[in-house]
Amino acid sequence: MSKKFFAVFIVLTVILCPLICGCSENEENDFSVTEETASIDYSKYEGVTLNVYNWGEYISDGSDGSVDINAEFTKLTGIKINYTNFTSNEDMYNKIVNGGVSYDIIIPSDYMIEKLIKEELVLELNFDNIPNYKYIAPEYKNLFFDPQNAYSVPYSVGMVGLIYNTAVVTEELDSWSALWDPKYDGEILMFNNPRDAFGIAQFLLKEEGNDINSLSEQDWINAKNKLSEQKPFVKAYVMDEIFNKMESGAAALAPYYAGDFFSMYENNPDLAFVYPKEGTNIFVDSVCIPASTKNKEAAELYINYLMDPNVALQNAYMICYASPNTAVVENEEYLEFLDELHPDAYDILYMDMSEYYGGIDVRGYYFRDLPDETLNTMNSLWNSLKIESTESSSTDFVYYFCAVVITFLLVMFIINKIKKYKREHV
Amino acid sequence: MKKNNTLAQRLLAAPHILWSVLFIVAPLAIVVFYAFTDSSFSFSFSNFSKLFNDGTVEVFTLSLAFAFCATCICLVVAYPLAYFISRTSRKTQNTLVMLSMLPMWMNFLLRTYALSFLLEDTGFLNNILASVGIDGVSLINTPGAVIFGMVYNFLPYMILPIHSVISKIDKNVIEAAEDLGCNRLRVIFRVIMPLSLPGIVSGITMVFVPSVSTFYISQQLGPTDFVLIGDVIETYFKSSAASSYHLGSAISLVLMVLIFICMAVMNHFSDDESTGGIIV
Repeated sequence: MSKKFFAVFIVLTVILCPLICGCSENEENDFSVTEETASIDYSKYEGVTLNVYNWGEYISDGSDGSVDINAEFTKLTGIKINYTNFTSNEDMYNKIVNGGVSYDIIIPSDYMIEKLIKEELVLELNFDNIPNYKYIAPEYKNLFFDPQNAYSVPYSVGMVGLIYNTAVVTEELDSWSALWDPKYDGEILMFNNPRDAFGIAQFLLKEEGNDINSLSEQDWINAKNKLSEQKPFVKAYVMDEIFNKMESGAAALAPYYAGDFFSMYENNPDLAFVYPKEGTNIFVDSVCIPASTKNKEAAELYINYLMDPNVALQNAYMICYASPNTAVVENEEYLEFLDELHPDAYDILYMDMSEYYGGIDVRGYYFRDLPDETLNTMNSLWNSLKIESTESSSTDFVYYFCAVVITFLLVMFIINKIKKYKREHV
Repeated sequence: MKKNNTLAQRLLAAPHILWSVLFIVAPLAIVVFYAFTDSSFSFSFSNFSKLFNDGTVEVFTLSLAFAFCATCICLVVAYPLAYFISRTSRKTQNTLVMLSMLPMWMNFLLRTYALSFLLEDTGFLNNILASVGIDGVSLINTPGAVIFGMVYNFLPYMILPIHSVISKIDKNVIEAAEDLGCNRLRVIFRVIMPLSLPGIVSGITMVFVPSVSTFYISQQLGPTDFVLIGDVIETYFKSSAASSYHLGSAISLVLMVLIFICMAVMNHFSDDESTGGIIV
């Protein structure tokens, strides 16, 4: 009887769930693209499917009442979107090279695009199909990774900064060295990816000629030693876990991307943000078409759609990173939105870095593609940083425990053998 | 018994063989191939010589030690529980087995992530401890938390095989032992335990193997002063350097061999007394 009831209950839940959820999602929105984008003839591509490969939570996807950008594209053009996520440039690269999957759109960061262009894994774009390219701010065109701006269209821009909890850190911070301060032992979080973590150490060692794109092995070793000094004070090496830890106050200092600071700030208004004086990493994520594409023209239309002022605006609301799209930055509503987000939101996102850092050339603040040799050095140094134990005592008890249990088992085994032997020889 | 394997029988096995070849044998061959080649795909042992020079060996022993601890604790916790479950009526047995399976209905990564919320310094458990006056206990980012995470995640894999073996033990055997004057404790130690050895062995395997190779648990719950071998493998496979896949494969291969040796040793010891002995 109870089983039957259970089964009925499950069936009912399964049937009702989409109905209930579905109803609330059916809100009408008044989203539309500009006339220029809408007037393009898409009929040729009806029924085509585009495989889009992007960072997680890096598009307005209909959650929290936002506009579902991909669904709107399908509505407009009849082109279906198969949207998947990656978590790091390296993951994406490995998938492109080894995965045997064909993507039509990828959105990697600067240094990875440099590598992809070098290895001829991305295609030159036909900008006749991307008229909305005109909205891209000139400072984001022809960047180092794509000097002729032939392969990529900037999608989103960001910087790394220092986030700290003013409830714990009472002084005003302005330097990465705070992450090395024994005072904050156990309150510090650090990037759990080698490039970003080494980058911070290298900015700190700038005085000694170290550089985030250094090719000298010694520089990387010095940076690693710097990170080893920091390790005893680090609570954890994290990536996305940072949100929970900073919001709940479990940790007080962490380096992270400026855009993500706002979503932490929303949940913990004690948090503050600063660009450290030593310099910081700047990155541009751009849209590219990989060489394996089967629908280059349709993919270009998708890029054009992403650059549409209205679409870019929705994405800017969602992602909270700086937008390279002039139509977004000049939009009044967007500026109001930023104001509500955080009093300094505009300054943080759209900081003029070269001015902030005293008129220096900030091109050195971008990660560049490194040769394999340097990447190998970096990886093995990163591994040895993680492996080396600062105080081995913390894991000693594990070994003691094992030793005791193994001895016990051995003794039991021998006793058993002796007993058996005796039994058989009585 | 019929001697000739009929065509029908062979056809029945075909899907599984195809599956194994595609998803077990072929990937394994690729791992071996990568492990024994360098970034230009020419044969070399350089991956292994590198591996023995940079402290990876210590990580191996540490990982084995952690997995060993977790397995022991799982066994000690799971055996009495499995025994208790098998003594109840058939109906309650089903409910209890389902309850012990319940955590597995949720994804393992989510469970570990949730655990890190609970153990966090500002988390649920610490708040409770603080409210009864115990302050400043650090639960998360300790080696203990890592072992706890392993036990928590893999306990069902220990309970199930032990329970299924114990519940199949012939009641007459136990009655016979009692008739011959065994007290209850002796029945457990001299009759039930030896008979349930196959379940224990497969339980140990199912807990030990995933514990050795886990990487997410130590990242979420562990401190910064050590890593487990799974983390090292993960960093290699997450890098875009050309030789990193080869190094990662070499470590995976060594890990596989080590696990195989551990299992072989254990089987050797257990074969001694078990009636059937399970092949792993």
